[in-house]
Amino acid sequence: MTSTGPQPHRLETGGVIDRSRPVDFLVEGAAVSGYAGDTIASALLAGGRRRVGDSIYLSRPRGIVAAGVEEPNALVRIRGECDESMLPATTVEAADGLDVSLLSGIGVLDQRQDPAEYDTMNVHTDVAVIGAGPAGLAAAREAAATGARVTVFEQDFELGGSMLADPTQHIEGVPAREWVEVVRAELEAAPEVTVLARTTVFGSYDGNYLIALEKRGDQFGAPARPGVSRQRVWHVNAARVVLATGAMERTVVFADSDRPGVMLASAVHTYLGRYAVLPGQAVVVFTTNDSAYPVAHALVAAGAAVTVVDARERSVSSPARDAAVAAGLSVRPGSAVVGVDGDAGEAVEAAWVAPIDAAGTPGDAERVSADLVAVSGGWSPTLHLHSQRQGSVHWDDQLAGFVPTGPVGGQFLAGSVAGAYWTEGCLEQGRRAGRRAAAETGHGPAYEAETAHEQPGQSERAARAGTTRQLWIVPGRAEGYARHLVDLQRDQTAADLLRATGAGMRSVEHIKRYTSIGTGADQGKLSGVTTIGILTAALADQVPAAEGSPLTPGDIGTTTFRAPFTPVAFGALAGRCRGDLFDAARTTPAHSWHVEHGAVFEDVGQWKRPRYYPQEGEDMDAAVTRECRAAREGVAFLDATTLGKIEVRGADAPEFLNRIYTNGYLKLAVGKGRYGVMCTPDGMVFDDGVSLRLAPDRYFMTATTGNAAKVLDWLEEWSQTEWPDLDVTFTSVTEQWATTAVVGPRSREVIARLAPDLDVSKEGFGFMEFRDTVLASGIPARICRITFSGELAYEVNVATWYGLKVWEDIAEAGADLDITPYGTEAMHVLRAEKAYPIVGQDTDGTVTPQDLGMDWIVSTTKEFIGKRSYSRRALTEGVRKHLVSVLPVDTSLRLPEGAQLVEPDALGDYTGQSLPVRPIPMLGHVTSSYHSQALGRGFGLALVSDGRNRIGETVLASFGGRFAEVLIDEPVLYDKEGARRDG
Amino acid sequence: MNPCSTTRKGPDAMAETATFTRAQVLAHRRSPAQHLAAEMDRGSGAAVALREVPFLTQTALRAIPDGPAGRALESALGVVLPRRCGEVAKGPDGLEVLWLAPDEFLAVAPDEADSGILATEYADRLAESLGTHRGQVVDVSANRATLELSGPRARSVLDKSVRIDLHPRVFPVGQALVTPLGATPAILWRTGETTWQVLVRSSFATHVTRWLLDGMREYLC
Repeated sequence: MTSTGPQPHRLETGGVIDRSRPVDFLVEGAAVSGYAGDTIASALLAGGRRRVGDSIYLSRPRGIVAAGVEEPNALVRIRGECDESMLPATTVEAADGLDVSLLSGIGVLDQRQDPAEYDTMNVHTDVAVIGAGPAGLAAAREAAATGARVTVFEQDFELGGSMLADPTQHIEGVPAREWVEVVRAELEAAPEVTVLARTTVFGSYDGNYLIALEKRGDQFGAPARPGVSRQRVWHVNAARVVLATGAMERTVVFADSDRPGVMLASAVHTYLGRYAVLPGQAVVVFTTNDSAYPVAHALVAAGAAVTVVDARERSVSSPARDAAVAAGLSVRPGSAVVGVDGDAGEAVEAAWVAPIDAAGTPGDAERVSADLVAVSGGWSPTLHLHSQRQGSVHWDDQLAGFVPTGPVGGQFLAGSVAGAYWTEGCLEQGRRAGRRAAAETGHGPAYEAETAHEQPGQSERAARAGTTRQLWIVPGRAEGYARHLVDLQRDQTAADLLRATGAGMRSVEHIKRYTSIGTGADQGKLSGVTTIGILTAALADQVPAAEGSPLTPGDIGTTTFRAPFTPVAFGALAGRCRGDLFDAARTTPAHSWHVEHGAVFEDVGQWKRPRYYPQEGEDMDAAVTRECRAAREGVAFLDATTLGKIEVRGADAPEFLNRIYTNGYLKLAVGKGRYGVMCTPDGMVFDDGVSLRLAPDRYFMTATTGNAAKVLDWLEEWSQTEWPDLDVTFTSVTEQWATTAVVGPRSREVIARLAPDLDVSKEGFGFMEFRDTVLASGIPARICRITFSGELAYEVNVATWYGLKVWEDIAEAGADLDITPYGTEAMHVLRAEKAYPIVGQDTDGTVTPQDLGMDWIVSTTKEFIGKRSYSRRALTEGVRKHLVSVLPVDTSLRLPEGAQLVEPDALGDYTGQSLPVRPIPMLGHVTSSYHSQALGRGFGLALVSDGRNRIGETVLASFGGRFAEVLIDEPVLYDKEGARRDG
Repeated sequence: MNPCSTTRKGPDAMAETATFTRAQVLAHRRSPAQHLAAEMDRGSGAAVALREVPFLTQTALRAIPDGPAGRALESALGVVLPRRCGEVAKGPDGLEVLWLAPDEFLAVAPDEADSGILATEYADRLAESLGTHRGQVVDVSANRATLELSGPRARSVLDKSVRIDLHPRVFPVGQALVTPLGATPAILWRTGETTWQVLVRSSFATHVTRWLLDGMREYLC
């Protein structure tokens, strides 16, 4: 049962709140009550709270300033399973049970894992309407009527925009709020229309690609049902965009204008009209323009005592002001608030009001009792999304704001964002934009082309907006500007601004970075234009202005607008790409077997490959040693399914391979395979693998696991762009075939059992040959005699969906021989003992086949990619790095891969601590390093300068602040004569 | 019963002389998402359901449609190759040919266990029709898994994962496109108003199944 606490500032009636649904929550441990439809800020104000968290650096008392995303002061943290900080209280919907803390300008990232879900949704739409105020709703309605796909984005949880604040408005003969409901119902009923409230378009990119963040339902409780994300990032592809983002009000800076009780006039209007909250009883309305007069009237109607302080001279015509005077309001023209006094709680209790002259210099000030100062310093179109697209803007001196010069291609501007500051103008522009946007996507009647800038209302808007005095800052009763806060979130004062200009800064971009103004979480929404305005005075003699005119903000220019418009959590951007779904994990058909047999997996690209299969009590070294021994002394098997596989077909396939590989393929007989190395045009090793000749015009090529896609692209590129005349085509069959390597001196017995039809004798099935056969299970297979360990070995290829069955059959066929599954780690050890290089590990794009000691594979009698580079001086002269083996003198030592090798006497007095005084020339580095079961010692492969000519020498390996002597040896350390390959 | 298609004989310690019916051999197949069948069942509902369509016969075709190889294939397939991106051509006996690239197509036909036409033999026959013309035919039946997402919210689930436009005005029934689905390259094929087939390479089947199931959760209650 909720008990609604006191809300002394809540009006009896009115507001867009649901009084039948009270909400109760805690702020700093104290109960706060409100209604559904409140924000935390409006509920706080209803309860009479004036002060929120102090400012970040100066610890100045602060209150709620705004009623929207521009709020700089009232930042809160909401407790949850993962606390969320830096939320403006003006944007968080009040909800039962919230536990709110007020922040002093900065939050702390909760280090706990956020259990909430975030996801992503892609949407294509004909017309995206951004903003659901009068302009946006009118645009959406018109566009929707054509049958076009329409998506409406509104950051607030209520539609209506500026209409929410003013219950007295009528549109098309009905009260504005009723009109909003009618339009909403219409839109929601239209099948091709999506209305997304609580959804902020925070980024706008080329091609009308928008990114928006939707806050879905309860932000701080449990999800409505499983799988419903807390927040959703929308990726929007819009054929046309209608920007109806409205405008934001600015303040005027005066002494202590950051004190609690100084608010934007429009915010006061919103609290009154939308939330039925009267934030003050004695109100000074301080304005530079007409827009604050409706606020003044609304305050009076709500029972407040109001004094209007109008910065404009009495001589300036203002029908709004005249009407206010006629209605009996106290109006002081040509005056300004020059300071405020605080009460015991530091909130405003009086304003000092003084007449000001044409230069803005105040005369004698008078103290006026007030618990609220409502300030309007004019309006700034919300052109962030326009500017993110490099849409041009200019200073409109009449409107006293930066306005878009014209829409970005494929976009329309409607309403206040285009300077239409009256509701009928917003509606008219909105309707027109909606119809034209739809028409341009082929929906509804075609529209006459007209230049975007010549919209109706253009000439009217200045007259409608009235006159704004460009008053940015008012001197105080005391000297100096240290109490004139410009950027409330960054705690930067006008004095700080003057320090920047005094230091020689002229560019607003420099001043922004020097002072940090505009760099807070609010990105200067409230302070940006005011800062530029103040600079017009500070830089009056230093920045050139238009001939004969005073310096305007347009001469200073704006800072750059960048996404995001409002802060976005990284978790939302990550979406569902977390945990197991972080990236695609590719698995082979035998994956379940590997899991059941305790495999420890290694990520190879996206593949999950068994690294080793530890048995009870075994660590990795013990497991790898056991697996290596099985391969060298008995029989072992490896899942090699991940190898890249490409079918190559065509009359010119032999010639094509001949050009791709460094060695010859023309004479390779059908039924045989050949190992080849392919290079890039600079002669560096790019990939390697075995190709089988299936038929005179067909090959089956294999590529390195991690390189498979790149190799196929490589073949296509050369075929399509260089040699289109060659008859050759390619198809990836990587996943058509599951491959199991059966390795070791006893592998022949296993294969004989597995494939009883096959003559597996040494004479009957030679090395680098393959056979198509039918296995004992009846499964067709292609078996090759290929080795990547130096041992007698076979690779059994079957269609992927037989992969698990055949893997299990191999395990069974070799069970009595103690056949041992082995992983990539043992595979690496076995191949390194034979100095078989791994492309990408022992090579890095700077290594030639010759560097690897593989001159034998480089044909001197044919042309191939890379050949010409071998006659370059860089490769023929001078010293190259060679692949050699390195043997630590301490045989138990396993060098870290990447360890640097240096001359034994190169160290001087360097001890390995911190950096050496002088660079120590390196000889090379260790590329692979393991413990060899066969050799009983640690060993490595290394690329060493002139390595083949240094065999037998001892050098130093440097790693982790240590040094170790290592002996350089021939690359092949095991079975140098290759006697084991035939079993 | 199908005729004996694979036979082997020979004295051996382990196996006796044996012949197998085709069905016996095909029974050894494991489809890429077979182990996830129960998970898919649990994660499916009235709004959206996911299942695997296993063992479709898939044949990779490479030929320029208006060239001699293209004509030869069209004649052997009994279908006119699709000419435009997204197009799917319907042929005899449940054959459908998907456009993947200007000279690259995927012929999809029923499971060989049902049709009685061995996938490898089918591919061989098509390959023979090419003669010496430039082109290629390869059996890739085991290369890809086929997942079927259906139900009124199927499109919403896909919209979470693919960037392309799935609106019926843009992506009508019968169209197929190659597009990334989350982190995975996929062929997306609209086979019905609310039915989509997602073809991914077999190694991605587990990930894609779980990814789709994850996106389906909110529509289950």
